[in-house]
Amino acid sequence: MTSPLVLIARALDPALRLWQRRTGLGGMAAFFLLPNMAVFGVFVIVPLVLNFAYSLTGGAEILLGDRRFVGPEQYGRLLECQNYLVPLTCREDQFWNAVQNTAIFVTFQVSLMVTVAMITALILNRAIPGRAFFRAVFFFPVLLSPVVVGLIWRWILQREGLLNLIVTSLGGDPVVWLNDRFFAFAAAIGVSTWAHMGFFTLILLAGLQAIPKDLYEAAEMDATPPARVFWRITLPLLGPNLAVVLVLALIRGIQIFDEAYVLTGGGPGTATMFITQYIYEVGFASILRNPGLAAAASILMGAVLVVLTLVQLGLSKRAERARER
Amino acid sequence: MSTVFAFLTRRRGHGGRWHWTDIASWVWLVLGTIVMFGPALWLVSSSLKGPAQLAEFPPTLLPYVQEVAMVEGHDAPLPLFAVTLPDGSTRVMAQLRRVGANAQMIDPANPAERVNVPIANRAPVRHVGIAASNYVDPFLAFDFLRYLWNSVFVTTAATLLTLLTNSMAAFALSKYRFRGRDAVLLVIVGTLMVPLSVILVPLYSVVSATGLLNSLWGVILPTIATPTGVFLLRQYMLTIPDDLIEAARMDHASEWQIYWRIILPLTAPALAVLAIFSVVWRWNDFLWPLIVLSRRELYTLQIGLNTYAGELNVQWHYILAMTVVTMIPVVLVFIFLQRFITTGIAGAGVK
Amino acid sequence: MKKIWLGASILALIAGTASAQQTEVRVMWYSDGVEGEVIADLLSRFEAANPDIDVVLDNVAYQVIQEQLPVQLASGSGPDIARVTNLKAQAEHWLDLRPYVADAAYWDTNFGDRFDWMRPDGSTAIPGFMTQLTLVGGFANATLFEQAGVALPGPTATWDEWIEASRQVMVSQGLPAAFAIDRSGHRISGPNASFGANYIGADGLPAPVDEGTMAFIGRLVDWTAQGLMLPETWVSAAGTTYRAAADDFANAQIPFYYSGSWQVANLSTKIGDAFDWVATGSPCGTAGCSGLAGGAALVAVRYTQHPEAVARVMDYLASEPVVREFTERTLFLPAHAGIVAAGGLNFQSADPNVPPALSRFVEASGETLPAADALPAWRWANTYYGALVTRVSQVMAGELTLEQARELIDRDIADQVAAAR
Repeated sequence: MTSPLVLIARALDPALRLWQRRTGLGGMAAFFLLPNMAVFGVFVIVPLVLNFAYSLTGGAEILLGDRRFVGPEQYGRLLECQNYLVPLTCREDQFWNAVQNTAIFVTFQVSLMVTVAMITALILNRAIPGRAFFRAVFFFPVLLSPVVVGLIWRWILQREGLLNLIVTSLGGDPVVWLNDRFFAFAAAIGVSTWAHMGFFTLILLAGLQAIPKDLYEAAEMDATPPARVFWRITLPLLGPNLAVVLVLALIRGIQIFDEAYVLTGGGPGTATMFITQYIYEVGFASILRNPGLAAAASILMGAVLVVLTLVQLGLSKRAERARER
Repeated sequence: MSTVFAFLTRRRGHGGRWHWTDIASWVWLVLGTIVMFGPALWLVSSSLKGPAQLAEFPPTLLPYVQEVAMVEGHDAPLPLFAVTLPDGSTRVMAQLRRVGANAQMIDPANPAERVNVPIANRAPVRHVGIAASNYVDPFLAFDFLRYLWNSVFVTTAATLLTLLTNSMAAFALSKYRFRGRDAVLLVIVGTLMVPLSVILVPLYSVVSATGLLNSLWGVILPTIATPTGVFLLRQYMLTIPDDLIEAARMDHASEWQIYWRIILPLTAPALAVLAIFSVVWRWNDFLWPLIVLSRRELYTLQIGLNTYAGELNVQWHYILAMTVVTMIPVVLVFIFLQRFITTGIAGAGVK
Repeated sequence: MKKIWLGASILALIAGTASAQQTEVRVMWYSDGVEGEVIADLLSRFEAANPDIDVVLDNVAYQVIQEQLPVQLASGSGPDIARVTNLKAQAEHWLDLRPYVADAAYWDTNFGDRFDWMRPDGSTAIPGFMTQLTLVGGFANATLFEQAGVALPGPTATWDEWIEASRQVMVSQGLPAAFAIDRSGHRISGPNASFGANYIGADGLPAPVDEGTMAFIGRLVDWTAQGLMLPETWVSAAGTTYRAAADDFANAQIPFYYSGSWQVANLSTKIGDAFDWVATGSPCGTAGCSGLAGGAALVAVRYTQHPEAVARVMDYLASEPVVREFTERTLFLPAHAGIVAAGGLNFQSADPNVPPALSRFVEASGETLPAADALPAWRWANTYYGALVTRVSQVMAGELTLEQARELIDRDIADQVAAAR
């Protein structure tokens, strides 16, 4: 397996030496960046630019060339609203409803995710027998595709599902869980946490293991209560990892789609319709499609994400500088 | 024995007493194991049920099949039921036929005697058994080996290319100083935020324009420049001391040699992590291959199993069974590579 | 090792030249049940008799037909033949087979009635044929009715009478709901017509939601609020997502289920001998007892390179014996006028519930109202259905009032019409 790769690498060397002699280190940097950036440019940047172009067109045609230019009309339609807190007063009520749902979802899901991942990481960091096994257990759902995650949980929460089996065997009446606005929303939060927490637990666990052991030993000597150890030692030293977890959890939370879509289909009513589902349906899936409107919505969503990340990066930079002082 | 016990009960507290955090930890771990694994077991159990039993309410924990018995004078086996007779006694009888709300039952031991009972007074006799046809039929009906090969090809090729291109880019971004480096990094991180489902139509146009439609490369290429991979590897490479590189340059090693003989081996744990994620992502990819591939011979497993989702009916028993089958390789890869995960992420350390 | 490689590449070369003489015809096909296997079997017989044509059957998810095929068609590509349900709105992409088929008169006689469903208004093209005709209609669990001691409502019973009877069964048997309708705008359009609804304006464009539509969707909302309609089918999804309640009916959770003829094979498989069920036709409203016809068609795509080969495949699949066999094995309603007139179909099912159910659907197809019959050939039908299902389920979930929904349905449809200008 390795030997042909090594041979290829060796065979490439003379040509690259020549290139290095001609162009110096700058040329080599360009060489190393080229494959990634070429693919990136063609399959990420170009579609993004095209997407922006779409957002300025109207009509039902699918291909950009067939569509007519309408300027910022789609943005105007999305933003037309008497009261942004009451989606029904907006021209695109479904969009604003989805925005609201997503905002609430992200708030609760990220808090739950960070809390649960933190607790799990702390426990897995202890001297527990079978630690490797438990680490694998909590990581297991990360291996599943989002579609499968949604499918598994729908199979548990539907009328004929496992949860109702438990409820009825305890003597209760079966409940149509996903028909309850509150429960369906909570289920979307819980299931997405279930699916991704292993990833975040691992990042936090890595951070915990990088904390020097002697700090804890010293604390144990002084008989410091565990809560104090957590707030005084663990949390501050975990800062950078926690920041990464927060940013990634936030980004993923806003992008919530497949698992929630398979689980609740956006229902009951439109209670769990999130922004990505709205864009997917309007742009692609629904009979009532409008690609221009969907593109405009995705540009707005991207803008919000960029701002959020910049704010977060700024905050963590400032915290870093404060610590250095 | 006592050492095993001591090992199992090792905990934080002093002098052999249990600290409350030990108990809380174990409660958390046990509950966690149930919550994390239970749903998957339920999926496996459901995938072994026949279509009628899948729709059954209340559901059963395990898959069952109805018992049948051969009765004299009948060519086909008859289903067995536990019948509550008018006198209150219960007997196991075979059902001859059902007419409306009544069933005509027959005693297998005494085929001459027939009893009419309301169907509410009979319950099927069942034993644990599996609907193997959920697994067998799709293997026979669709070109399973072909789909498996396509999935393996896409996953392997995409993962290798991802590792190569991402590590090269990460090397440039962590070990060279050049103008626009921060800008490149910002663009890469920025695109972390673009979910695929949002740019489907433009991306489709690009793939169509490059002639990659209905080609496995159309599935592979757009996925390989993962921002997450570049980001992860770069963070890890930052921890490799520059002195190593300087020393190699003194020995007249070319930059390319430095990359593949020094940097790559030292980055192995992070590469393993990226490999696991890449395998999981590419193996599970659904929406994108669904859009690029519409020819049977190019289907991946995820697309193949989805052909059981029709307009008006979804054949769940097949979908569940095939979902279980597609889960197995990822789990195997994970078990194989999992020891690298913690070291890899620890090193990437995101410091 | 090298020798094997050489041998393999020579073989590949030979295979390559052999297939170069063959014309490849791609068929994109989705399945709800066994029809994929049946058509594969039929096509393999065609290939055996026509070695110069290689028919490749691409079985796809319905999602591909719905989401991906339109994009392919828009960019002037796609398969040679496709099984499609959204026929009228994509009519510009279908190939006119008239110059290519062996006997155009045969096509006109046997499939002519439905060509308008799949060609632009005013065209005389032969775009393809319906693989199956569907008719929306009801199913009742006769055993549950019998156990509850409630008589099955007769053929002229109204919607209110059917729901009341089902309610009695529900109460007596302790069921979770009295009835369910699939979550689809198409499914409720026949009943809407029964209450006098007409979607089509005088100019051929969508008319505003009228009192007939309001009468039936108002009832649906009431029935949901009273717990008579199974809530999860409609309420538990957003947008235009399709949801069927067939499993709940097969599981004896609801005594009455309003769906359509395509469920016959599915119900037969899932119910087996568990209970007796009957097809009921459509309950009556104030204007009639209408269902709604529909179905899937196999159409040729205009962008094919081999229209002659495509026409030969289509000629074969549309021929009377093949359609007959396909129908008998799939338990579909035939759309072939000659076969319908001749009758005597020998449906391949051991289930005694199946033949009467199928013949009840055939009978009910004569009871549809003109307002419903006009819909399959109307370009805006799917738009209307989509807006209906989206907004009505919001009303059921308590997010909108009926009056708000009425305005929003009109607005959603107007947006689509405006976008198409």
